[in-house]
Amino acid sequence: MELIFEKSREGRRGYHIPKTDILVKVNMKAPYIRKADCPWPEVSELDVVRHFTQLSRLNYSVDTNFYPLGSCTMKYNPKFTEVAAGMEGFANLHPLLPQLDSTLVQGALEVLYQMDRILSEITGMDDFTMQPLAGAHGELTGTMLMAAYHRKKGNKKKFIIIPDSAHGTNPASAAIAGYEIVTVATDKSGVVDLEEMKSKITDECAGVMLTCPNTLGIFNSDIDKVAECVHKVDGLVYYDGANLNALMGRARPGDLGFDIVHVNLHKTFATPHGGGGPGSGPVGVKKQLSKFLPISRVIKKQDGFYALNYDYPDSIGYIAAFYGNFSVILKAYAYILMLGAEGLKEAADQAVLNANYVMECLKDDYDLAFPRRCMHECVFSASRQEKKGVHAIDIAKFLIDEGMHPPTVYFPLIVKEAIMIEPTETESKKDIDDFIEVMKKAAKAAQENPESFKSLPKTTSITRPDEVKAAKDIKTNYFAKS
Amino acid sequence: MSWFIANTDKDVKEMLKIIGAKTIDDLFSDIKPRHEIKSFDLEEGRSEFEVIEHIRQIAKNNASDLVSFLGAGLYDHYVPAAVSSLMSRGEFYTAYTPYQPECSQGTLQSLFEFQSMICALTDMDIANASLYDGGTALYEAMMMAIRVTGRKKIVMDGGVSPIYRKIIKTYTSNLDIEFQETPVVHGQSDRKQIEKVIDKQTAAIILQNPNFFGAVDDHSDVVEKAHSQGVLVIESVYPISLGVLKTPGEMGADIVTGEGQSLGLSLNFGGPYLGFMATKKKYVRKMPGRIVGQTQDLNGKRCFVNTLQAREQHIRREKATSNICTNVALCAIQSAVYMSLLGRQGLKELAQLNLDKAEFARQELEKIKGVEVKRSSPTFNEFTVCLPKDAQEVIDAMVVKGFAAGFPLARYYPNMEKYLLIAITEKRTRQEICDYVKALEDVLWN
Repeated sequence: MELIFEKSREGRRGYHIPKTDILVKVNMKAPYIRKADCPWPEVSELDVVRHFTQLSRLNYSVDTNFYPLGSCTMKYNPKFTEVAAGMEGFANLHPLLPQLDSTLVQGALEVLYQMDRILSEITGMDDFTMQPLAGAHGELTGTMLMAAYHRKKGNKKKFIIIPDSAHGTNPASAAIAGYEIVTVATDKSGVVDLEEMKSKITDECAGVMLTCPNTLGIFNSDIDKVAECVHKVDGLVYYDGANLNALMGRARPGDLGFDIVHVNLHKTFATPHGGGGPGSGPVGVKKQLSKFLPISRVIKKQDGFYALNYDYPDSIGYIAAFYGNFSVILKAYAYILMLGAEGLKEAADQAVLNANYVMECLKDDYDLAFPRRCMHECVFSASRQEKKGVHAIDIAKFLIDEGMHPPTVYFPLIVKEAIMIEPTETESKKDIDDFIEVMKKAAKAAQENPESFKSLPKTTSITRPDEVKAAKDIKTNYFAKS
Repeated sequence: MSWFIANTDKDVKEMLKIIGAKTIDDLFSDIKPRHEIKSFDLEEGRSEFEVIEHIRQIAKNNASDLVSFLGAGLYDHYVPAAVSSLMSRGEFYTAYTPYQPECSQGTLQSLFEFQSMICALTDMDIANASLYDGGTALYEAMMMAIRVTGRKKIVMDGGVSPIYRKIIKTYTSNLDIEFQETPVVHGQSDRKQIEKVIDKQTAAIILQNPNFFGAVDDHSDVVEKAHSQGVLVIESVYPISLGVLKTPGEMGADIVTGEGQSLGLSLNFGGPYLGFMATKKKYVRKMPGRIVGQTQDLNGKRCFVNTLQAREQHIRREKATSNICTNVALCAIQSAVYMSLLGRQGLKELAQLNLDKAEFARQELEKIKGVEVKRSSPTFNEFTVCLPKDAQEVIDAMVVKGFAAGFPLARYYPNMEKYLLIAITEKRTRQEICDYVKALEDVLWN
């Protein structure tokens, strides 16, 4: 498809600036002015609308395609939450208004306060900060909370333990908080090796970061024992909330021994993923860590008014400029209000049902990484297909060709040729059956005609891109002189 | 079955049978009785209508209808209707990170166009596909400069947003980085002090233009001095101002960041916003965040992919250039739509109109007895005034008259209790500006 720049014609316009109603005209002079005009495209409004509408149609999305991307919880994003977020009273609200007077933003502060309470109840924690702007940002906040806790107590801590099945953001976040990373392997049953972990926990262990259920979709029945070992050396246990969707109404990280959690509102609480954000990653803590939470914090005063409180001397400080991705938080709030306790539990139940159904139906066609009950997602390996020269990526391309978004492939890293499937609760048996059928077809084709995969997909706007060329002949800017 | 669940009771029965479980509870057998939930005390679910009405009531408790002269980094610009219309397409907002390029060309090409437009705006070689917001982008730029230079000292200009400085302070509290701050004189960066403190141990100097107080500067000479010591220059910018102002690329800056909210995003009480970052080609492999690159498919057709992923956390884990995963792709695409609508001419005219309206407001405000408008340096659409009264008192009285009067600088600078930072965008009409000036005069003298 043409680039918007290629549609540009000198003198064409897509928007008319309000006519000036004043006589003043400033003539800004050198050296303060730019030399040449900014070469943004010159296109009409229709050009823009048609261009981006056509571009949008080149995407697979939850609204248009089955999208079982493991670990990403691509559930349906209800439309009414967009209406809530678009309300004038929220969309046009300047984040510095409470610096003028907090009574001007009582509605917004109420939403933040209520979400703090609601997420605390859902996860079994005591207090939340809504500030982190994405899951990884929540992890960074969490590891900084760990650091603040240990510094306050005078603990000499050096490293954080992370299982080899963890999301890459876990070690990356812990490293930014100043910690070394110690990796623990996964045992034969698909959970973190408790004995190995025990052997690696020393007095210098700041804590452990765990996903639960883990990235293999397995709930670790010894999770409380892991927490116990870490607590013995005054370490903290961090819950990566990427997979909270499996537990809602069934178990709470707080009850399982976790001290810090982050929640991905764009996963569990149905806010749109936006093609790669904006997300939102609120962080919750147990009481002993509350005083370290980022500022500002929303409080409810005795007179019923909400206010921002900055007076927490032990706080780690500002983790973001304001109060988090507010409109994302508002959408999640609307979603939670609609579902209520029963609806959230049902979401978890159906998510787990759907994943187990997929696992059961495909276990004869693909090797299961760990053949046991799964939670909200299941992980297969394309190792059987690989013997025929068909890799996980080829199966992904087969699915794309059939009009389905592929599962996550090559993650978790510990499963060779991993295919990680998370159907979510909003998909029906009918749509899942269609997916299963295509997966079976792919498995069959892998046995019978492995060569056929190399040219897939054929039904999309492009075939497989040359990624090596992209990294070698770097072209990331239309205007760059090559 | 309820709330977006599609399986019928019959489906559930069939599925359980195939799985070999009697009930859904059986599927949760790994959760042992000792793990079971202690409490789940939430309200009962509600209908869509009830939720929307509830939220509408809450929204009424926000004073979003004040006529706003508040900026301080976030600006009340008009967003054309075509922007929200296009952004309501589910193909954009219900997709995820374009891991599979064949079915994500819409997102990828849009992001490529976004990157190109940011490069055009800033006069830089390469931009990434977005970071969370302006503050975190500035932090990422600083860390990038440390990686590029291998040095650990940062010089921070006094004109950099105090909010951004607080964020950077938080992020670096566990890292061994030395900070030195240089003041502003007559609104602009203090050259003498900068020259004094930058040295061969300095990784970068961080500047902002226009600075937090609204002053416009040309940092070309600062860049020259910095480069002579091997120091990188990071410039945080306000994108709309670059319709008229000298670009960071022209000044020679090495890394440019900014808050992209003014490029077609609503104020949204603080987010989501749009952090952007651009740099010189030679530093691309040290840049954090997703980058979309052009390539070709098997048939030689032009297409786009996430590129240089070897910098990223999902591959490099703790050695990655950043921990960022989800960024703000949708906001980046939204701003690409806005930038396309504005176009070459629109941006220039919009910037000029902001400039003119702010100057008109300055001239009108200067007519009020006792109001001192700072004029020691040029400004764009925001400026500092000194009032004959405590700024907070004035703000309170102005709220009653229906105005968000500006930002009280004493919030971050305790000795500036009489100072107000006032922003004017194209949305403020002559009438509103005159009403504001009259109201202010009333508040001050009647």
